[in-house]
Amino acid sequence: MLSLFTDRTWLWAAAGLYFAGFAFGTVALLRQGRPSGSLTYLLVALGYVVQLAGLGIRGRAVGGCPLGNQFEIFQFTAWSAITLYLLVGVTFRNSLLGYFTSCLAAALTVVSLSIPAWDATTRTHIFGSNPWIELHAALAVFSYGVFGLLALTSIMFLLRNYSLKSKRTGGWFSFLPSIMDLDHMGVRLLGAGAAILAASLAVGAAYWVRDTASVNSPKLLLTVAVWLAAAIAFGLRVSGRLLAKRFAWTCLGLFVAALLSLGAVDNSRNARANRTLAAPAADRSPAR
Amino acid sequence: MSTPALFVIGATHHRAPLEVREKLALGSAGADEMRALLAAMPDLREFTLLSTCNRVEFYGVAADSAAEARVRAAFCARQKFDLDEFSRIGLALRGRDAVQHLVEVSAGLDSQMLGETEIFGQVKEAYAAAQTAGHTGPVLNRVFQKGFQAAKHVRTNTAITEGQVSVANVAVDLAVNIYGDLAATRILLLGAGEIGEKTAKAFQSRGAAALTVASRRFERAMELATALGASAMPFEQREARLAEFDVVVCATSAPDVVVTRAAARAAMHKRPVRPLFFIDQALPRDVDPDVADIDNIFLYNLDDLARIAEENRAAREAEIAKCRAIAAEKADALWRQVAPQVEALRLNGSAAPLPASATPAGVPAKEST
Repeated sequence: MLSLFTDRTWLWAAAGLYFAGFAFGTVALLRQGRPSGSLTYLLVALGYVVQLAGLGIRGRAVGGCPLGNQFEIFQFTAWSAITLYLLVGVTFRNSLLGYFTSCLAAALTVVSLSIPAWDATTRTHIFGSNPWIELHAALAVFSYGVFGLLALTSIMFLLRNYSLKSKRTGGWFSFLPSIMDLDHMGVRLLGAGAAILAASLAVGAAYWVRDTASVNSPKLLLTVAVWLAAAIAFGLRVSGRLLAKRFAWTCLGLFVAALLSLGAVDNSRNARANRTLAAPAADRSPAR
Repeated sequence: MSTPALFVIGATHHRAPLEVREKLALGSAGADEMRALLAAMPDLREFTLLSTCNRVEFYGVAADSAAEARVRAAFCARQKFDLDEFSRIGLALRGRDAVQHLVEVSAGLDSQMLGETEIFGQVKEAYAAAQTAGHTGPVLNRVFQKGFQAAKHVRTNTAITEGQVSVANVAVDLAVNIYGDLAATRILLLGAGEIGEKTAKAFQSRGAAALTVASRRFERAMELATALGASAMPFEQREARLAEFDVVVCATSAPDVVVTRAAARAAMHKRPVRPLFFIDQALPRDVDPDVADIDNIFLYNLDDLARIAEENRAAREAEIAKCRAIAAEKADALWRQVAPQVEALRLNGSAAPLPASATPAGVPAKEST
């Protein structure tokens, strides 16, 4: 019976809870004209615990942080975004932030679970025995989770800005946080995301200089470009040159760019795995 | 079927116009005097007096229905008001209907400004005063305390209190939507008329502290600034110092625009990060309408504010049926709990003690005297 509870079972359950939070939020908005608030928060929190259990089982099975394929990266990104939401979202429990977060988490987890090819059955132990490379990957994906939450606050900012400019402040719009609160959250999240990604790149760079062939050029260029874009956007915002709507659109674009860069990350990892498999048996990492 | 001895009598804004309510109004001393009169009535076992600008109501528990007439007569005699006229315009409800009325009043369903929350505090104060003075007993203690819970239930489970219905409060709500906390928000009031003053007071009541007044007559600006605990500024400096403020309330009677697009743009260049909110309550308008096109500037005129207030009022009206249904359900349940007590009082002249489980927490099950 217990064998039925594989890592994917737990992760499906978590996706179900996130989706339930999103569904209850939608029903509450349509029927009562207000978000379900505490219920959404509770479902997201439960989903978070269940997802943590699933990722924990997967992590134990692979002997490291579960960031070895597209599926795991999407799961970890969703988990990172929820971690931040649970930390900062308490203040906005009754606003639409919980609803949007449950929507993002449901989308990332359901999509990743629905595409079996993303979760390859044969999986190389990509990090070898080096915990620093594992930290590099975990920090990078965590920063993508931060950018995910940043994208949500940016959408909320654009909605709030639209409601105030078009003078439609009732209904769902009344549950959006103030435009200044959203702006402050955006700046903090962008700063945090850029800093975490910088730390990840710094750790990765220390090993890359020893073996430049370990990472292919597209991955290197794209991830550095994402970090550079985040750092420049942060600098422009702090100096007052990238503001309001343009800042929000930039943050949204940043998250899209981060998601797109995952393709390059995956390709680089596959190329490395192929090299590992082609290497003498003595050098191979254990397969799952 | 016998007449229940729980009653409410009084007059409210529904049927008593302002000039009548003026005659019926009880000041603080008048209310004390009235309470003393009622306390001396031997057959009035429990009572609470609620007196606000829109209503004067007596909630009572008596052994017979004649007590109700005696309360009415005593009140009219004190106010020198015609008893027949009072009976014609007045409110008189008994038993379950009186309970439902209390719930509806407490929830703001009976208020002139539908869904307002101030009345809840006023009813609580009236009850607290009666309880402290020993004018309430087991019946009214239960009716009021459970009635408050029912009113809270109505307010939290419906949209009856959502959205502001006065123009000044709508403006403040919009500012909250922009800035969140208003404590650090700097407000400039252009014009020292009544409309601007009301809006300024609404901002102050929601925590705004930094208020500056500018008027074409500087002495008038000084006068209003002193009254509001604000500072005054020469009107001519309004455009040059625009960047210092977050919210600009415009309510002058100037024939031309007093804030130009160029001035607003220049202000935003100086303070690009914080939004600028213009509330134009003037007619003709004080702010160039093209200002609304500038990024991070929000401009609302009198029509915009009135439309939002009207939408909110309509939304509250739409909730009325739902609120009344909840209030009726709660009143039914509450009346079932207290009816045996009231009936015992009517038959025996003393209220049977409430069962321990029915006594509200923290309230002694006091016998009526």
